[in-house]
Amino acid sequence: MADTGLLSRRGFIIGTGATGLTIGILASCSPGTSGPETAAEQLDEVNAWVHIDSDDTVTVRIARSEMGQGTLTGLAQLVADELDADWDKVTTVYPTPGENLARERIWRSYSTGGSQGIRGSQDYVREGAAAAKAMLIEAAANEWEVPASECSSENSIITHGPTGRTVTYGAVAGAASQLAPPLEVTVKDPSEWKIIGQPKKRLDTADKLTGAQVYGADITLDDVLKDTDATPDRLLCASIKQSPKIGATVASFDASAVENMPGVQKVVSLKDPFGEAQNAVAVIADTWWQANTALEALPVEWEGGVDFSTEAFEAELDDGLTSDEAFVGNGGGDLAAAFAEADQIIEASYNMPFQNHACMEPMNTTALYTGDRCEAWCPTQNGEAALAAVSEASGLPIEDCEVYKIHLGGGFGRRGAPDYVQQAVMLAMEVPGTPVKLLWTREESMKHGFFHPTTKGRVRGSLDADGNLTGLHLRISGQSILAALIPQALQDGVDYATFQGLLPSGVDERLEDQTLKYTFDNFLIDHAMRNPPVRPGFWRGVNLNQNAIYLECAMDEFAHAAGRDPLEFRLAHLQDNPKAAAVLQAAADGSGWGHDDGKHRGLCVMYGFGAYVAACSEVSVSDDGVLSIDRIVAATDPGYAVNPQQIEAQVEGSFVYGLSAMLFGEITFVDGEAQELNFDTFNSMRIADMPGVETIIMPSGGFWGGVGEPTIAVAAPSVLNAIFAATGKRVRQLPLKDQNLREV
Amino acid sequence: MATLKINGETVTVDVADDTPLLWVIREQVGLTGAKYGCGIAQCGTCTIHVDGSPVRSCVYPVGALTGEEEITTIEGLSEDASHPVQEAWAELDIPQCGYCQPGMIMAVAGMLNDNPNPSDEDIDAQITNICRCGTLARVRKGIKLAVEKS
Repeated sequence: MADTGLLSRRGFIIGTGATGLTIGILASCSPGTSGPETAAEQLDEVNAWVHIDSDDTVTVRIARSEMGQGTLTGLAQLVADELDADWDKVTTVYPTPGENLARERIWRSYSTGGSQGIRGSQDYVREGAAAAKAMLIEAAANEWEVPASECSSENSIITHGPTGRTVTYGAVAGAASQLAPPLEVTVKDPSEWKIIGQPKKRLDTADKLTGAQVYGADITLDDVLKDTDATPDRLLCASIKQSPKIGATVASFDASAVENMPGVQKVVSLKDPFGEAQNAVAVIADTWWQANTALEALPVEWEGGVDFSTEAFEAELDDGLTSDEAFVGNGGGDLAAAFAEADQIIEASYNMPFQNHACMEPMNTTALYTGDRCEAWCPTQNGEAALAAVSEASGLPIEDCEVYKIHLGGGFGRRGAPDYVQQAVMLAMEVPGTPVKLLWTREESMKHGFFHPTTKGRVRGSLDADGNLTGLHLRISGQSILAALIPQALQDGVDYATFQGLLPSGVDERLEDQTLKYTFDNFLIDHAMRNPPVRPGFWRGVNLNQNAIYLECAMDEFAHAAGRDPLEFRLAHLQDNPKAAAVLQAAADGSGWGHDDGKHRGLCVMYGFGAYVAACSEVSVSDDGVLSIDRIVAATDPGYAVNPQQIEAQVEGSFVYGLSAMLFGEITFVDGEAQELNFDTFNSMRIADMPGVETIIMPSGGFWGGVGEPTIAVAAPSVLNAIFAATGKRVRQLPLKDQNLREV
Repeated sequence: MATLKINGETVTVDVADDTPLLWVIREQVGLTGAKYGCGIAQCGTCTIHVDGSPVRSCVYPVGALTGEEEITTIEGLSEDASHPVQEAWAELDIPQCGYCQPGMIMAVAGMLNDNPNPSDEDIDAQITNICRCGTLARVRKGIKLAVEKS
């Protein structure tokens, strides 16, 4: 039984039943024990998830962050469907992390990552809505003095069947809010869904077409005044420069050189959010342009740091590819015998360079410190982590801190880390009572990322005389994210997340959604950990991205070496996993695989984030080696498809993210400094590079898979395999930029 | 001092001549629809119109204006999101995070001002804005729908 207060401010404890579909509620506490009244806790909320106005407007509380992935709309669909609400009257609001804390985490996790937004909260969100609906019906039945069982609900209207009387939700919401939550609720069977599964328009589009949507970078004094009880009369802006070299610190800076520049208010150094050393300088000024202009003119001396170079690190990665020592992630059978008896052995190595998330909106936060309270307005993927960061940086108790979440201008994993939040608070403490908006430049955002780790993968496969894959060894060499960020999550030194998409079932319940779906008789998948001093992070898709390249390009190489059709070759190893086979077959069929039409196609299939995904890409390569990606057919089985048109949008976008990395993405380090600092050197796909994407959504039901990330992994391998089909040459070095694909 | 005609209104601002138009619009005029993305005219999220043509305002010094130019930002593209590009964007639900979309919409609207029926090659050559969420496939569809609506 989960002891989280789910449904009511009155202190009821909810346990998720074994079926996952019903909940029992224990009336355990008297009213008022679950924390102080807060702003979101309006008297006529039906429960934590739903507030209904007298005009029938349904306001759904959304704990997860909206960063483009559509979770806001999807979660609202879950609630509205279970509530039998009129979709046209549904709107959303973010309850603040402070309110969540005050209400004993009634909205549970605010963390928005791992493609968990919907699948990780669908059960308790739907249960909460079902409870709210039951309370609304009970309130109407009480008013009519009839049994609730004689009442039904649809489109925010409750009907008493025998008499035909009706009442809207808004008319009974106040009475419903006074009722005890039901002791048990049952959520709908998927066959009863009316809003879930529909291609509803996003709820957050209108303001994104007119410039009215306020992002963190746009915050003004007026925006601050809407939320705070303080009464600042101006807002200042700040720009920051962190040590350009990994690990370097501020030796000295000459504030006097810029103090008299226009608008300048303060010139300061800042401590490392994750350490104690002063590792940054910043200028606070009347406007951001003034702050940044002065900062660029500020003389700064740095000292120390690490002379890390990606070029030199290649040798360590290569050493890992053949090292005798490695952590085993998966395996079985007798690999040595398979290789000993092989008719031919195929070997290939691929790489994944460092990537920056490169969110369109650079890092930023606005903070206001008044001595006894600290508030922050921030685009964050984890509101609770941001709140903790505000408390830590300000030194104030967390109860005296607050975070106001804002829609993110892209997250992709970068905005789970609160470094920029802490920095904004430190700057706000320089000018108590005045909010400070810290905005990083693009260059700072590029230098000080949490980079997609760099690895290499070496695959060896043994084929028998009949072209069967008898043995497979996949060695991953390179960086562990967990070792750097969450070392306590390592298990006897092993970072099992490194094996995303390649794991056996049963190794770690948190990774059960990242397992290998191929069946191999004799195989070994292992990891030689080689950690550079570069700060790694969770980059949309995470380790599935390179693991798909290593495995699926290798499968293609094996198939061609065996003289077999790459589709048939893969399907032979997917007989135990019909859902994986189904998406692969659908993508291939949709693209016209096997047709003798002169097209050059490549395949990829993976399972990750609980979803089955596949792609068939069509490319052409000119005589002088220039690539054109002509068409992509993608298939995805996420179990349930909450909003098909938004799933299509995520699939289409996944190809832009994945193929941008494949084509252009590479952060190199020289003497400890990142070299690619803007989009001129860290390019991203433009519309001219973008093929049409046809998305086949094939929800098979019975499970909840993710959508925002898994398809990224199939982007690069399917295109790389198609390039081989077009040229007969294997591209094994990423990114593709500056390579003549006919001469690699 | 600089005088700007922006979205039909005349505004006088006290800034250094080399201040990029983007920051004048955002910080002095107070219109935040045009975004900062790269500062080097690479990503296009700062795109506005100067006399109807798309301009990357992050590298356009305010001192280069004479004061006679008609500047249009996303806020002034239409009064009620009724520009054909905005309507097409709404119909196809194009924005994801949306941060790049004011610039994307202004780039497309600016292209259509000069070229009301662009070919795919025209689109490839003229719409070079970056969208990291990856709305690019829908943007192409949106341009074609906007042409139909114009």
